[in-house]
Amino acid sequence: MKFLPASDADRSAMLQAIGAARLEDLFASIPPEVLEEPKLPPPLSEIEIRRFLGGLSARAASARETAFFLGAGLYHHYVSAIADQMLYRSEWLTAYTPYQPEVSQGTLQSIFEFQTHICLLTGLDVANASLYEGASALVEALLMADRLARGRRRAVLSAGIHPEYRETVATYFANLDLEIVEVPVGSDGRTDAAALAAAADEETFAVALQSPNFHGLVEDWSAAARAASRCGAQSVAVIAEAASLGLLAPPGLAGIDIACGEAQSLGVPMHNGGPLLGFLACRTAHQRQIPGRLVGETRDAEGRRAFCLTLSTREQHIRREKATSNICTNQGLMALASNIHMSLLGRKGLREVATQSHAKAEYLKAAIARVPGYRLPYPGPSFNEFEVEAPVPAAPLLARLAGEGILAGVPLARYFPQWPNRFLVAATEMNTREEMDRLVGRLGAVS
Amino acid sequence: MNPENLHYTQSHEWVRIDGDIGTIGITDHAQKELGEIVYLELPEAGHVFNADEEFGTVESVKAVSELFSPISGEVLEVNKSAVAEPGIVNDDPFGDGWLVRIKLSTDEEVGKLMNAEQYAEYVKSEEK
Repeated sequence: MKFLPASDADRSAMLQAIGAARLEDLFASIPPEVLEEPKLPPPLSEIEIRRFLGGLSARAASARETAFFLGAGLYHHYVSAIADQMLYRSEWLTAYTPYQPEVSQGTLQSIFEFQTHICLLTGLDVANASLYEGASALVEALLMADRLARGRRRAVLSAGIHPEYRETVATYFANLDLEIVEVPVGSDGRTDAAALAAAADEETFAVALQSPNFHGLVEDWSAAARAASRCGAQSVAVIAEAASLGLLAPPGLAGIDIACGEAQSLGVPMHNGGPLLGFLACRTAHQRQIPGRLVGETRDAEGRRAFCLTLSTREQHIRREKATSNICTNQGLMALASNIHMSLLGRKGLREVATQSHAKAEYLKAAIARVPGYRLPYPGPSFNEFEVEAPVPAAPLLARLAGEGILAGVPLARYFPQWPNRFLVAATEMNTREEMDRLVGRLGAVS
Repeated sequence: MNPENLHYTQSHEWVRIDGDIGTIGITDHAQKELGEIVYLELPEAGHVFNADEEFGTVESVKAVSELFSPISGEVLEVNKSAVAEPGIVNDDPFGDGWLVRIKLSTDEEVGKLMNAEQYAEYVKSEEK
């Protein structure tokens, strides 16, 4: 195989094929001012630059210094100092699976252990080496389901799935011949099983449900499993708060075919919104369609336990345009962070994280419901997050509380303009009783 | 080495014609190039395809390759032993390692395929 970059002749043939006269035409939609040389101030000394950046950093609120109740897909769980310290080891410092993978047995072993954690938590057989984050993990799960049910065009998505995840799916589907059918949540904030089943037909390749859903409510996995299996589609479980798996039944037990979502809660700090940690797991029967990298366990020539990348033959660097997916790497460093964290927590620790998060959210839920004027639109079972309806518009209320050091919730108007007074409140093991009481007290005072 | 009674494609499949039945497999050269075969993805009985159309994939430890049908027809039977134990294709590509049996939809296409001698020449020229 020749391996040459495009020649001038190749380039002009490609331009001709797409009807562009010059290469620059492809960038015509980019505003010219963006392409100009950036106007930067003159260089600063180290002292000056530290002062400048320190000033910028001080303007941002920190979860450590506020009463923090934000969630909506990103959660403030505790990560031990041990995990951080281990990540500083220089051997680990790459986000990639290595290109000569079997030389790096330690890296492969860690990924294998991460995969094992995901399998145990989801109740499924095979998990990949991680994906970028929850939204693209859902996309990959749906594309995988599409490959398994060749020729079908429709994905049924519960509207309880995180709006940003659904937006990402829509972006991908816009350029594929695939369609989204959305099933709205009912007046109780949960997805109606009958509506889900009614939306799925012989054109459907996947039925996807999120639990806890975006409104915080626990959904019934078996509703998606039943709706999908009836029409020969794949059922997809979406999990945006992976700590919930410390308490709630694994989707695999309910007959779910593919589980995907965000594992940031399992040992990855919130950073400033990323990097995060997507995951995807499925049943053995479908393992050849799983996207991304996969580490397997084997024996070396001397019969010792060893690890290897497996099913790489279906990946982009070998299969080119016929690859299973265009995901050809993984979120290596974050998967490692999660592996260290989970190994430290263990089964009991994870259950404790989940139990405390749930108990604190329940305490807060009951207390906010008693504040005059405040209402919980959906009283159903939740894990660590719930929706609140204030007597006044949520955005200015939340901004005011933020000024007092309380990040009380995520305003829902950003996603649902029809609910300007609603916001999402999340609790984790990090929240103290004092913080929660302060939040409740201030809600009563400022409304 | 390449059996005389078979017809060959440039994509390294072979077909044996018995009346209106065609048996399809991959050549010895193909299995050697692929290396240890670990998985076969084959169509179900009843599937209809045209000559040169992709009808499955063969996966070895180093590559996944498409299988292209030498002739048009309808799948009658898939070699279940080969699916269960793909190593058979390495061991006996022209015999027990056959892949699918099809009912020919025309007998006009066979003439376009190579005979054993032409195929041997073709492999040699491809290696240059």
